[in-house]
Amino acid sequence: MSPDKMADAVEKAAASAGGDSLMLMVTVFVLAIFVGYYVVWNVTPALHSPLMSVTNAISSVIIVGALIAAGPMEVHLSKVMGFIAVVLASINIFGGFLVSQRMLQMYKKKG
Amino acid sequence: MSEDLTALAYLIAAICFILALRGLSSPESARQGNMIGVAGMVIAIVTTLASPNVLSYSWIAAGILIGGAIGTIIALKIQMTALPQLVAAFHSLVGLAAVFVASAALFAPDAYGIGSVGSIKTASLIEMSIGTAIGAITFTGSIVAFAKLQGLVSGAPLVFPGQHLLNAALGIGAVALVVWFSTTESYTAYWAIVALALALGFLIILPIGGADMPVVVSMLNSYSGWAACGIGFTLGNTLLIITGALVGSSGAILSYIMCKGMNRSFISVILGGFGGEEGAAAQAVGDRTVRRGSAEDAAFIMQNGGKVIIVPGYGMAVAQAQHAVREMADALKAEGVDVAYAIHPVAGRMPGHMNVLLAEANVPYDEVFELEEINHEFTTADVAYVIGANDVTNPAAKTDPASPIYGMPILDVEKAQTVLFVKRSMGAGYAGVDNELFFRDNTMMLFGDAKKMTEEIIQALG
Repeated sequence: MSPDKMADAVEKAAASAGGDSLMLMVTVFVLAIFVGYYVVWNVTPALHSPLMSVTNAISSVIIVGALIAAGPMEVHLSKVMGFIAVVLASINIFGGFLVSQRMLQMYKKKG
Repeated sequence: MSEDLTALAYLIAAICFILALRGLSSPESARQGNMIGVAGMVIAIVTTLASPNVLSYSWIAAGILIGGAIGTIIALKIQMTALPQLVAAFHSLVGLAAVFVASAALFAPDAYGIGSVGSIKTASLIEMSIGTAIGAITFTGSIVAFAKLQGLVSGAPLVFPGQHLLNAALGIGAVALVVWFSTTESYTAYWAIVALALALGFLIILPIGGADMPVVVSMLNSYSGWAACGIGFTLGNTLLIITGALVGSSGAILSYIMCKGMNRSFISVILGGFGGEEGAAAQAVGDRTVRRGSAEDAAFIMQNGGKVIIVPGYGMAVAQAQHAVREMADALKAEGVDVAYAIHPVAGRMPGHMNVLLAEANVPYDEVFELEEINHEFTTADVAYVIGANDVTNPAAKTDPASPIYGMPILDVEKAQTVLFVKRSMGAGYAGVDNELFFRDNTMMLFGDAKKMTEEIIQALG
């Protein structure tokens, strides 16, 4: 096999692997929607406000992407953007979980 | 940390988040669930910090410290009545963070393993542009929702001719830009997408009126999840995809429940303009008379009743009357009166708003009932004490096909022996609809501020 053809084959293999990983992500995505659907219908209506603040807090897991952007040694535009995103997501993580806890602490039974 | 180990840790974090939502099925398990959610977040962050891509920690530490301090202060200081606008503000932050992460990925794609500048994979570019677009819409949309809830701009819907046409054109433009961007990786196209999505966020929420805010807040909740999902696809991160999907479906279900609570389709809420025409309501009042009562009358009636059902609405939140309401209930219970609370799904400005306020005032949650649970009990109730709720008690929803709220499920307060209706003045509710309940024989209007009126009743009871 000539080097050119080899490179071609590698590229094709890589492309198809990429396709597979996209399908894998779509699979995960669809299954997670189903999990969310069944879990959320079980949430009692009395706790719909805490549900919003908890989901808000966990959606800040987007910080994972921000940390990678803010992680490199050298400073460039993407690091600055990552830093800003870290700040924003952190406000949400701390604020979201704390306010949920404050709310949930208030729900008491009779007596 | 090896790639497999990272993936495993992310999986554990995702399970923690599912358990956090699972916990919300009852108040007892919810507190524990929230803690599991925190644990999941810590696992996610620590795992990412240990990955080989993260080499310098100083900026990150500073960012978490700054953000954490701001978030903590806000969460501890916020008044429970301001919760809807706080949630809206938080949504906007998630949206903005998504835009920044997507932009960072565009400028430094190698850090995420999605190619290098100028040759990012097409699939990644599409995912990136969708993620950033949803993030930008969430950002500005939430800001408008925040401004409306905070009272910075009027809660009235803002409509202008050609609005829907403009939105549709912008939507089509956005799709065209996504195609341009994903085929050329042009920065111009990228920023155009961001700008267009920002404008779209403003325009979508502006025409939606105050009474529809529960739908808007849940919808933006959903969007913030889909934005996280979009970023997850871009970066090939399953944790983000799973979490985003959970949040997205949660917000979508809440929107559905809220729409059902108003008997309105999601589309009609989005198109907006509801509750604009207050004029029609004013003339209908005409010369019909209502029965007015004083705090003493109300106290007397309730004292002598066996069963009182309290129906709170947004007006209770505005007047901060929840504590006074609880004291009144305590005084009634001391006299042997049975007290329960009835909550309409769309009472207030966000899902579950009334439940939180009553919980704040130390009302036990087993005295608080949802519409379906309690609606049949009004027939046996001596008094329905309606405080700050209007449209959700309007019998026209059942009888008048011409009414804008016709078909909306309502609390059957008129079936109680006496309806005590606390109201600041004669005026229509947010839907701009006249409430025919006011003119019924068994209704007594208590004109005044919700909190002051309730306090006067407590005095009269004592």
